[in-house]
Amino acid sequence: MSNQQSSQLAVRCLNLCKTFTQGETRVVGLDDVSIDIAKGDMLCLSGPSGSGKTTLLNAIGALDTPDSGEVWIENKRIDQLSKGDRADLRMRHIGFVFQAFNLIPVLSAQENIEFVMELQGVAAAERHKMSSAILEQVGMGGLEHRRPAQLSGGQQQRVAVARAIVSRPSLVLADEPTANLDSQNALQLIELFTQLNTEMGITFVIATHDTRVMSYCRRLIRMVDGQVVSDEIRDTPSHPDAGKDPF
Amino acid sequence: MSALTKQASGAGLASLSVMAWRNLWRNYRRTGIMIMAISIGVWAMIFMSALMRGMVEDILQRGVQQLPGHVQLHHPDYPDDPSVVNSLPENVVQAGIAEAGEAVSRWYARIKVPAIIASERESRGLVLLGVDPLAEHADIFANAQLLEGEFLNDPEDQGIVIGERLSDRLETRLGKRVVVMSQNPQNDIVERGLRVSGIYQAEFRGQEERYAYMSKNTLQSLLEIDGQVSEVAIFGQDYRDLSELLSGLQSTFDSNTGMKPEAWNEVNPYLGGAVRLMDGFVLFFIVIIFLALSFGLANTLVMAVFERVREIGLMLALGMRPGMVLGQIMIESVYLLGLGLALGNLLAWLSVVSIADGVDISAVAEGLEMAGMGTVLYPLMLSKDVISANVIVIVMGAIVSFMPAWHAAHYDPIRALTKPT
Repeated sequence: MSNQQSSQLAVRCLNLCKTFTQGETRVVGLDDVSIDIAKGDMLCLSGPSGSGKTTLLNAIGALDTPDSGEVWIENKRIDQLSKGDRADLRMRHIGFVFQAFNLIPVLSAQENIEFVMELQGVAAAERHKMSSAILEQVGMGGLEHRRPAQLSGGQQQRVAVARAIVSRPSLVLADEPTANLDSQNALQLIELFTQLNTEMGITFVIATHDTRVMSYCRRLIRMVDGQVVSDEIRDTPSHPDAGKDPF
Repeated sequence: MSALTKQASGAGLASLSVMAWRNLWRNYRRTGIMIMAISIGVWAMIFMSALMRGMVEDILQRGVQQLPGHVQLHHPDYPDDPSVVNSLPENVVQAGIAEAGEAVSRWYARIKVPAIIASERESRGLVLLGVDPLAEHADIFANAQLLEGEFLNDPEDQGIVIGERLSDRLETRLGKRVVVMSQNPQNDIVERGLRVSGIYQAEFRGQEERYAYMSKNTLQSLLEIDGQVSEVAIFGQDYRDLSELLSGLQSTFDSNTGMKPEAWNEVNPYLGGAVRLMDGFVLFFIVIIFLALSFGLANTLVMAVFERVREIGLMLALGMRPGMVLGQIMIESVYLLGLGLALGNLLAWLSVVSIADGVDISAVAEGLEMAGMGTVLYPLMLSKDVISANVIVIVMGAIVSFMPAWHAAHYDPIRALTKPT
């Protein structure tokens, strides 16, 4: 692959292998996985439980290191970074949306959004301005002072999305983001992803079982037993509402 | 990168402090109990130290005021041979003390010799004190009272004042004659018959058998040492801070006369040892109380960390450095300790103020008298004890808190995030 080609990549994974030990059993998490993810892509990782979706997501997100293989984020190899450097990388370049427990309970919605920016050293006034704007963008205007316990599951996920994108990361990783949401909130969330992907060019990698989520993605990778078994690229997402304003 | 990290860390401190404060009150009952435990512990440390200090202060003040003074002057050979051979010329002493200036608040020159006192029935060994009755009267009777008769009236008084117990042992009484015997500088026995002009009762009853008072001039005449004294007791402003007084006296007497000024704690090692013993005991006491407290503190923080494993995992996943997680939990600990300390200090201060006029402990006076204590205990809250208690609680509290904080800071974010609730 040429330099020009690689500069178009948000993520490159080469021959990733990862095994876990559960008791006396050795479980294969990733088995020689190689994928390239282009900048601005919206990609779904699907597959049954234990297929390796989350393991791959954790490797791409610098939360875990593979046993072998290479992970590159925007031309920087990350699998050999120190713990501290991986923390810095996550803070500055990657946004995360987890399945549950996304927010810090003692912080308000706005404070949760500002948390990562504060770690980045963004000035208070700037943080406040950006967090207010992003709260409006995700349809959470007026709820900025509420603590997570005072928000519904869908509202909490939208705050988590707002936090993930507020500092304009190049990559957002979402692990089963709709698993704990009802249909309406799930749809609103995935439409929000699509809108942000379209408007801001953020690369989304979403691990999911949810077929509705898959229908919004331009690329669908299916995994089984730690291996990529199919890699489908669509010219346009299959869902007719993809890219519309969810709110 | 390092500059950015530094900036981020600085910016995050305010947020960490806010989060730490809010985390503290997530379980307000547990936090409240822990703050109460710390404050009661701190109260116990400071208040009990104040009572113990008060006891020792009482012993010291009485002990120092009784006879030794703050500083004593002797002939260099007097400690080995406390006889009149090793006496000092009174005029040299007087001139030297005048040079010491305002550091000296008052001073007494005395004769202090071993002697034998005999009645018509019994005899006893004792220490004969030849004093200036007009000058020393107030200090001698600060912790004693005259039971019968009167104290010596002037430096030429021919009477003798003995203790109540000695009068019982000698089977004598007021107005009877006794004979005192000692040695003059030529080691010849000298003796004189004296009338018992007064009988005193001391707070420390042992003194009643040990000391008898005569007028200085009368005793000088008996011992044939006119113009000589064997002991000079000098008082400064504060017996705890004698540096100025001692240095002034040492520069005057060491160079000119060879006389050796000694502080009260050198003259009376028991009293000096009591202060050192108390310092060590107070420290030991504070540490013991803290050790008991530390289990509760460690448990509180461990529970607080265990309850928040997923939250800590989330913060680590979002890019928070382990050092900042550690910092946040340490700040929580400092809040907890700080609140406990503030309340504990306040309680201790209120307790000490409430009994500042003294506590009557006469019910146990018999035992305390042996230790040289009075029947009213005045608490003494020293700033060094308050500082010690606070510093020990903060420093040791931080050490105790470090383990759960360190543990939390090194969670694997994936495992922490997926930990079952």
